[in-house]
Amino acid sequence: MGGVGRHLGFWIGAAAFVALAFAMALTVRNEYAFFAGFVVLQFIVLATAWNILGGYAGYVNFGTSAFFGIGVYTAVFLLKAVAAPLWIQIGVAALVGAALGLGVGLLTLRLRGIFFSIATVAITIIAETLITNWKFVGGATGVQLLRPPVTEPFDSYIKMLFVIAAVMVVIAVALARYVQNSGLGRGLRAIRDDEIAAECSGVPTLNLKLVACALSGALMCAAGAPSAMYLQFADPVSAFNLNYSVSALAMSLIGGTSHWIGPVLGAILLATTQQLLTVTISSEVNVLVLGVMLVLFVVAAPEGIIGLARRLWRWARRRTS
Amino acid sequence: MFSWELLGDAIVLGVLVGCFYAAVSIGLSISFGLLDVPNVAHPALLVLASYGAWLLGDFDIDPIVAGLLLMPPFFVLGVVLYRTYHETFEKRGSDAGVRGLAFFFGIAFIIEVGIIMAFGVDQRTVQAIYIGKSVEVLDIRIPMRMVVAFAMALLLTLALTLYLSRTFLGRAIRAVAQDEAALRLMGADPIAIKQWAFGIATAVVALAGALLIIVQPVEPTLDRAYIGRTFCVVVMAGLGSMSGTLLAGIILGVAETIVLTLFGASWAPAISFTLLLIVLGVRPQGLFGR
Repeated sequence: MGGVGRHLGFWIGAAAFVALAFAMALTVRNEYAFFAGFVVLQFIVLATAWNILGGYAGYVNFGTSAFFGIGVYTAVFLLKAVAAPLWIQIGVAALVGAALGLGVGLLTLRLRGIFFSIATVAITIIAETLITNWKFVGGATGVQLLRPPVTEPFDSYIKMLFVIAAVMVVIAVALARYVQNSGLGRGLRAIRDDEIAAECSGVPTLNLKLVACALSGALMCAAGAPSAMYLQFADPVSAFNLNYSVSALAMSLIGGTSHWIGPVLGAILLATTQQLLTVTISSEVNVLVLGVMLVLFVVAAPEGIIGLARRLWRWARRRTS
Repeated sequence: MFSWELLGDAIVLGVLVGCFYAAVSIGLSISFGLLDVPNVAHPALLVLASYGAWLLGDFDIDPIVAGLLLMPPFFVLGVVLYRTYHETFEKRGSDAGVRGLAFFFGIAFIIEVGIIMAFGVDQRTVQAIYIGKSVEVLDIRIPMRMVVAFAMALLLTLALTLYLSRTFLGRAIRAVAQDEAALRLMGADPIAIKQWAFGIATAVVALAGALLIIVQPVEPTLDRAYIGRTFCVVVMAGLGSMSGTLLAGIILGVAETIVLTLFGASWAPAISFTLLLIVLGVRPQGLFGR
């Protein structure tokens, strides 16, 4: 009942969203709006990707920055080696991310809970160290990148990146929504609630975890790839910055992990606040706000914004009836 | 490039550094190893204690004395942290894993950014008579500060090992780690004991933080390097094993100094994490697993 209508609604909304981004890119003059908007969209992709593994399956990934950084450096490598166009950079980054995700998925064979989380931090630092010692992509000092000329109909590269990010948001959210509503999502939730019981009831836990890790990794790496062209610069310290990990995790948990809309809401709310704070006060304050919000929400509102909204909805219905 | 002499130096220094790593990890060995609390904020607390020692250094207080002075407030901090964690996550049961981890991750971030906002990103050092001097043992020059850290680390490990095996409360802590339900059936209150133990663990971090600023200059984001080191040591030791912590610390210390001498400093951050991944993959229960 209503299944078809819901699907139709989602895809109309998605199409409208991309069309709006496109129309903005063609009409709005102020470059800064796109400069800030790109970051917000990027965080929606990261948070949504994090939630596929962290929210549905309950495996806390502290390694978002590993995937993001590897995405950045896949783009840098392709650009320096073969001067690949942007869409190839993003596509290859997604493939690399999926492969790396499979590797992380194999870790879940033996590691649960905090051990898995610490292992993902380990991957981040190891990847960062490898890149730092790799001279071809700039090593520790980083590398300057030149943007190729912008393609029609855009009049600036940032606007084009903004529209690409909007398309990536739609892909990420559609994937998360599909995972959530399919047997895959039910299996992942069973794993989160009790992995051994799920395994005993015939849920193919390893396969499901591998698929979730690969999807999540591919999206995170793909989100990192355009970042190289966005900044026109890449260095290991900022590409593998742990802030990406804490942001993706915080946005998902603050928005609510049980539904795909949670990370989207969390990312919009936090990334927008962050953009405002970075401009008006300082970038330290925005990380502090992130940390404080994260702790407040996990302590006081474990279901996130979604949970709060549901409670408000129930309360309102009781009042009216 | 390679010489046996250099390797010998590296091993001697590695043992000293290793004992220091054991000292900074031993608090985690209690809070995570014995109590199963996913305390990823441990390295951040460590750096916080270093800044405490640095602040007290302005009043001409020796860093080790400062570390001892910081122990009571850190004990209280530990008790408060554990109480909050218990009330909000352990009690609620399911899903405590994800949110508990996020909680400590968030705390670590708040501490880190708090330090940046209060004191800036500059490196901080302390002054003491034993910093900057060195002694010569068997033709190897050893910085005096390493010797001090080494001695304090041994003392700390010995004291905690004795505390956990000889005193009533220490044995109670180990009993909680082994079987909480049995303890409850005996009429004891496991939560009170865990709270006490977490307080002790955090108090030990205060002293370890003082050692940290003796051994190296401290900056706000230093905790990230110590996530790898402390968790590597605790997991390699086998959760909750005190003597294992010492041995694991030495293994890490020697591995780090050898790689440092052979390949250079830019590879250093990855060593502890690589060792950690190897241990997790090959022998997750550690050297002295319970």
